[in-house]
Amino acid sequence: MMKAKVVVMPKAAVLDPQGAAVREAMRHLGMREVKNVRIGKYLEIDLERDDADVEARLHKLCRDLLSNPVIEDYQLVKE
Amino acid sequence: MPTADPAITPEIVEEHGLTPEEFARIKKILGREPNFTELGIFSVMWSEHCSYKNSRRELKKFPTSGPNILVKAGEENAGVVDIGDGWAIAFKIESHNHPSAIEPFQGAATGVGGIIRDIFTMGARPEFCLNSLRFGPITDPCSSRRVGGTSATAEDRRSQIATNRRLFLGVVSGIAHYGNCIGVPTIGGEIYFDESFEGNPLINVFCLGILRHEQLARGAARGVGNPVFYVGAETGRDGLAGAAFASRELTEESREDRPAVQVGDPFKEKLLLEACLELLATNAVAGIQDMGAAGLTCSTCETASRGGSGVEIDLSKVPKREPGMTPYEVLLSESQERMLIIAKRGKENILREIFAKWDVPCAEIGRVTDDGMMRVRDNGSVAAEIPAKPLAEEAPLYEREARRLTTESTQDTEVFKKIPVPSTSSVVESLKLLLADPTIASKNWVYRQYDHTVRTGAVVKPGSDAAVFYIREANKILAATTDCNSLYCAIDPREGGRIAVAEAARNLTCSGARPLAVTDNLNFGNPYKPENFWQLREAVEGMAEACRVFGTPVTGGNVSLYNESPAGVVDPTPTVAMVGLINEEKHITTQWFKNEGDVIILVGSPASDCSYNLGASRFLKVCFGKKIGPVPKLDIELEIAVQNAVRDLIRLGFVRSAHDCSEGGLAVAVTESCFNPDRLLGADIDLSACSGRRAGGEQDKTAGETPGSTAQMACAILFSEAQSRIVISCDPKNAGRVLSELKSNNVPHAQIGSVIRDDLRISVCDQKLNWQIAELHDLWWNAIRRAVESDSEPIPSL
Amino acid sequence: MKFAVIQFPGSNCDQDCLRAINGLDGLSAEYVWHKETTLASFDAMVLPGGFAYGDYLRCGAIARFSPIMNEVVRAAKEGQLILGTCNGFQVLCEAGLLPGALVRNRGLRFVCDMVNLRIEVADSAFTHDCAQGTILRMPIAHGEGCYFADPETLRELNGNGQVMMRYCDVTGATTPESNPNGSIENIAGICNRDGNVFGLMPHPDRASDVRLGSADGAKIFLSMAETILAGRARAAA
Repeated sequence: MMKAKVVVMPKAAVLDPQGAAVREAMRHLGMREVKNVRIGKYLEIDLERDDADVEARLHKLCRDLLSNPVIEDYQLVKE
Repeated sequence: MPTADPAITPEIVEEHGLTPEEFARIKKILGREPNFTELGIFSVMWSEHCSYKNSRRELKKFPTSGPNILVKAGEENAGVVDIGDGWAIAFKIESHNHPSAIEPFQGAATGVGGIIRDIFTMGARPEFCLNSLRFGPITDPCSSRRVGGTSATAEDRRSQIATNRRLFLGVVSGIAHYGNCIGVPTIGGEIYFDESFEGNPLINVFCLGILRHEQLARGAARGVGNPVFYVGAETGRDGLAGAAFASRELTEESREDRPAVQVGDPFKEKLLLEACLELLATNAVAGIQDMGAAGLTCSTCETASRGGSGVEIDLSKVPKREPGMTPYEVLLSESQERMLIIAKRGKENILREIFAKWDVPCAEIGRVTDDGMMRVRDNGSVAAEIPAKPLAEEAPLYEREARRLTTESTQDTEVFKKIPVPSTSSVVESLKLLLADPTIASKNWVYRQYDHTVRTGAVVKPGSDAAVFYIREANKILAATTDCNSLYCAIDPREGGRIAVAEAARNLTCSGARPLAVTDNLNFGNPYKPENFWQLREAVEGMAEACRVFGTPVTGGNVSLYNESPAGVVDPTPTVAMVGLINEEKHITTQWFKNEGDVIILVGSPASDCSYNLGASRFLKVCFGKKIGPVPKLDIELEIAVQNAVRDLIRLGFVRSAHDCSEGGLAVAVTESCFNPDRLLGADIDLSACSGRRAGGEQDKTAGETPGSTAQMACAILFSEAQSRIVISCDPKNAGRVLSELKSNNVPHAQIGSVIRDDLRISVCDQKLNWQIAELHDLWWNAIRRAVESDSEPIPSL
Repeated sequence: MKFAVIQFPGSNCDQDCLRAINGLDGLSAEYVWHKETTLASFDAMVLPGGFAYGDYLRCGAIARFSPIMNEVVRAAKEGQLILGTCNGFQVLCEAGLLPGALVRNRGLRFVCDMVNLRIEVADSAFTHDCAQGTILRMPIAHGEGCYFADPETLRELNGNGQVMMRYCDVTGATTPESNPNGSIENIAGICNRDGNVFGLMPHPDRASDVRLGSADGAKIFLSMAETILAGRARAAA
């Protein structure tokens, strides 16, 4: 069995209101070193089988379903 | 550090959407060649979105003044109307069509954020929102205008419907996300589905706010030397040149216009709203303007232009989210949740303290000058220097070529030749199909996702003819509605425009309100195409005429052109949002029948008095996929008489329910009246008196010759969308009085039945038709949920 | 009788709460900004609904660190009455003043609707205006109102009579259909062990005027006032 790990993050140039609010909260709580916070999603996906076809389809779903390519980037790592 | 800006070439000019003539005009205004930043500034300010260069001459046809109007159309961000006792309302409707086509969730969310900002910029507290939405079909219709072609396969169709659903879901979630978080209830509006909106949905958002007359804030830079503050979110590369983006047709490449997507932060805007209203209650503000389309550019030159002054700002002082932004990018960014405030000199600390309290960034970025220039510095060096007034107010105005759109016209009497011969059972079935049509069906699935109870003013649940909102602090009851039948406008834009205004007024009347004023959102195609421009002109002239007759001036609004996708242009949609005042709480009227035994009266002419009148009906569209026939004619004198009569009857306390006949005609109006949210009721309707009587007593040949003529006649009576008709119900003991009032005022009417327990019976043309109300209600109540979430649990309705 | 309505950045029912309370005989309310550090002059406090800090990270997760929360925690320990509605309930859970958590609605969508609530504890400080089994009608409006508690906590809540109200149908039956958000055991509101801190997802502030379809919510505020008066009477005696 294979595990795919997908991280979906807001694109660098896109505003991340949640990250900004958390950054401010962390600073208010004394963590003055915090420069920036960005919040994304992390998915763990168990796969029955892994080959080029599965990987290609997984990438497609990363683009179509798991992330919104208009505002998000994703990273897919398999182990 | 000066950036290496591109040289100004004819190609660069064209990429900015400016014509050679416009470029020549720019050079004349400047007395020299513009630099790259200045070119960008002109391109957004002179885009259709900001300058209305192709529509302004048409807009001047609207009536804009009236005794109650405190701020007229075009003067400020939103019109302001007096409602008495020192209170006023500010309201406006605005579109976010193109951003929503690209990214429905954020597009719709930032649309809500933008219109709310327009309202609190006026010093008004936002009280509620409405929205008028149009999408491609979310159910598989039996036919449609684009399915008929040979190219569209069933698979394509399914994929297109899935896309339409995704857009619909995204937009609804986006509106919910922003509106719910900021705490402004969404309490009404309309949602239509039609193939013409595939790929280019229409997202028109309306917001209304309340203010004391003395709180009225102006977007003018007054007082030379007064400091200019930037407040709110930091500037990023969001929505670069979104105004220019909104002024083009959507193409396949639009999806690649990634930077044009802005992300909204309703939390930040809530803080901005509270901080601005707290600040405006002090005497520290000389002028205030939101940064919407064209961001910092627009707010700077417009405030200077309105104030007859100049403004000088330094971009190095603007809070930025990203490093390395060029002046061009900072000036054209459309980052959300930002405002420009001109403070009174010496009162800067009041502003600073309030914004510190709310943790909203603020920065002094410049000052008001007396030289009439918009001067932009970047760390000392001048990045742009443009005379503010010509930039803001002297965009070229065009009169585009208009050419009558020639469509295949179908006479009303021929309508039945184009559809199968109806039978009694098909008449029964037609009502069910209409009720389950997502356009007519209950929108509860949507309204359940919008917080409509926050601010404790929604005294009528969403779903009645008009939204009714009690503004506690002013002790005033307002009614508001948005209306437009795009199909009517596609067939006959002038009549469609007149009807949009009449229907809006009718909906307000049904809720017990007196109409006050209008804000409109004109959604049309590329104005350079003569047919599109003709539609725009016709619709505007029709609306203007009706607004004059109803005494409802237009206080502003929005024009959205270029609403086209690769598949074609949208059906023209001049959305009318109308606001009215309800004098007393006891006048609030809803569309739902209240008691068994109440008498049902149709105010207005029964359908059969004016031939078939099935043209442009939802019946033909839903049951047969036809968008044909002449648009119902609006007799505006009759309309006024009907509305005045119903309003008078409501004031006399005789009306228990009032519902206008619109999409789906009399049958749908009566059925919807049965769907009382507290308890389903039925109706026993006898329309046999309506049959046989024809306009001028003429016998219609078609009816006489066709075997299905009685069923045809029944269809015409039940589903005609003849205008100026309102179904009311009243206590039987008042029925005589109601009928005599109508008679003495010479208003056509008919007593058509009574409210019964739980089925719908209609006698028409010797046919006795019967439906179970519970079944009809289920079709109507669950249609949208079934379309979008086929396998989930039902929503408890009662 | 003075109620404090705590304003967090992003609260949006603060005005509704203030108006609802001020509209009741003998009760008055004032805003207290979240950066304040004292609540000494108030008899009771209300944490209103809304989206404190945008509900970013988790609902109530950031708000619980607001300066005023130290004072709320102190007041709770001293036995003062504290009411959290909707977002206020979420803040109270995040702050550890109430057990359990509120998670995403079962249907994954925001739900705004009128619901029926069965009163489970009638002799409490917040509900003694209602008989046991009374059905109250109040609106809900939330995206994350699904109450969750682990089995042990749930046993304690039930055992101690801390479950104050459950979602039910018009007959009072706690059916799955009447559960709008998937809350465990249809739980709509709970109190702490001492009974002086009460959190509920429904909005009493939006049900304090018959024009809005229900004035049942006023019973909560009035019960609180009576409890406070009784407490004063006891102290005087």
